[in-house]
Amino acid sequence: MSERTEVRFSKAKAFYDTFERKGSGDKVTHYCPGCGHGTIQKLIADCIDELEIQDKTVFLSPVGCSVFSYYYYDTGNIQCSHGRAPAVATGVRRTLPEAVIISYQGDGDLAGIGMTEIVHAANRGENITVIFVNNAIYGMTGGQMAPTTPMGQKTPTSPFGREVLRDGRPMGMAELIASLSAPVYVERCSVATAKDVLKARKVILKSLQNQVDKLGFSFIEILSPCPTNWGMDPVESRVWMQEQLAVLFPLGVYKDVTTHLVAVDPGKFHSPMDDDKLRELLRGASEVPVQRSSPLPHTQLIKVAGFGGQGVLSAGELLATCGMSEGIQVSWLPSYGPEMRGGSANVSVILSEDDIGSPLVDHPNVFIAMNGPSLDAFEDAVAPGGLILVNSAIVTRKVSRTDVRVVYIPATELARQEGLLSAANVVMVTAYLYITKAFSIETLRRCIPLVLRKKAYLNQNLALVEKVLDHCVRTAGSAGSDESDGSAGSENG
Amino acid sequence: MNHVEICKDECKGCGVCVETCPRDCLMIGDEINAIGYQHVVFVGMGRCTACGMCYRVCPEPGALTVMADVKEV
Repeated sequence: MSERTEVRFSKAKAFYDTFERKGSGDKVTHYCPGCGHGTIQKLIADCIDELEIQDKTVFLSPVGCSVFSYYYYDTGNIQCSHGRAPAVATGVRRTLPEAVIISYQGDGDLAGIGMTEIVHAANRGENITVIFVNNAIYGMTGGQMAPTTPMGQKTPTSPFGREVLRDGRPMGMAELIASLSAPVYVERCSVATAKDVLKARKVILKSLQNQVDKLGFSFIEILSPCPTNWGMDPVESRVWMQEQLAVLFPLGVYKDVTTHLVAVDPGKFHSPMDDDKLRELLRGASEVPVQRSSPLPHTQLIKVAGFGGQGVLSAGELLATCGMSEGIQVSWLPSYGPEMRGGSANVSVILSEDDIGSPLVDHPNVFIAMNGPSLDAFEDAVAPGGLILVNSAIVTRKVSRTDVRVVYIPATELARQEGLLSAANVVMVTAYLYITKAFSIETLRRCIPLVLRKKAYLNQNLALVEKVLDHCVRTAGSAGSDESDGSAGSENG
Repeated sequence: MNHVEICKDECKGCGVCVETCPRDCLMIGDEINAIGYQHVVFVGMGRCTACGMCYRVCPEPGALTVMADVKEV
């Protein structure tokens, strides 16, 4: 026997030397004596060391006892809101194709609060590793019943024991995830015995290797003791796990298709948009922010309403885009849905020099009525002194209010003459700007290409703007009289 | 000789390693450590095989370090 010895098993490099959770120099975790989290997190750290992935690992801590994992792992760390770690993992995956992402979640977090996130991340087959630590209760908050709590188990929220008719049956998450087609590897293991722990290490290693190899979604459920909340000592709790928990949640491989998979090029499906494309997309109206020379006369509370298909929402979008391009605050709130099927659609737009608190417009000071039913619906809601623009090519009646300014524009007719029947919205926006001078017509010309879906009609749209301006100028005799109910374009449709 | 180095102030005295060791090399001692637990002590000199089971099951990252004989060539 040798006199000299060497380190065979010691603290993993993936852990910080000291854990600066409370003050400095701490070396111990915050877990209770005999907690399974420590054992499992050591296995993960050990596997990170073995695979040499520490510098590209992003560890996602959940809400639960393992919330403080970021004090322990010397890797990338994100602490996620309750149950949402798989959604965060998805975001990280899409932005960092080479990262190794470990979503570490308990059963309250994953199977209770975050059931939606985990199921959809699994169903999309995100190339991530989920370590699901199942101790059959909500640990951090005091041992309340979780979706995984065994029948009959007494907890603070099931004081007489879990009962099937009241509480349902415990859920097998490994079984559930394995029933989806996308996950490539699903296994349930345990840390009850030394043998189980060694097995769990292999399973974790494989799940991380799958991710490094870009094979897809791996889900590892690990049964884990919570001596404190189970009311047992650490050794006793491990016996209970073998006798009870592992019977309810059988250990083993639930799905493994990794052997006949080839690596999926992450660029193939999750190709990050190249920078130029992204800039093009985000540029929108703000490409060249124009400093406004004069402030808006007052906050514009605009309502546009009409048939679905009249470009009501687009009119709002065009107005909001003009606002953004001049650096003022805007909001755009569509109201449609069932209304789109032949009824009336409407959109609320606010243009403001100040922050906008709510995007709702109950009492517009600008109302653009594209059809008769819309005028009927909103005429009374317009604020006194407001402006009503009426598409007089379609609306046959006059506005009955006398305390508002009304302008009639045969919008649909003007658009039809230009061969763009669907562009009545552009007519109304042009007239609105001509009348109120909220923005310059140049801003409008600049923003139309940004909003227009069918680029082939760009020139026709721009020509239509000129036509409308011409129309407004020709009818300007009455346009000058701001108070009358017959200003620019007052001819009746 | 094979043995386990115990960082006594990182041990919470859960006793899982004691239960796990196949050669009874570990036991809970009488001394109370800096964080208030009766920590584990190594009593297996000559029996320990440095199998590492205690290290694996221990929930604390740095409480146990397993030292193994250097194989002489």
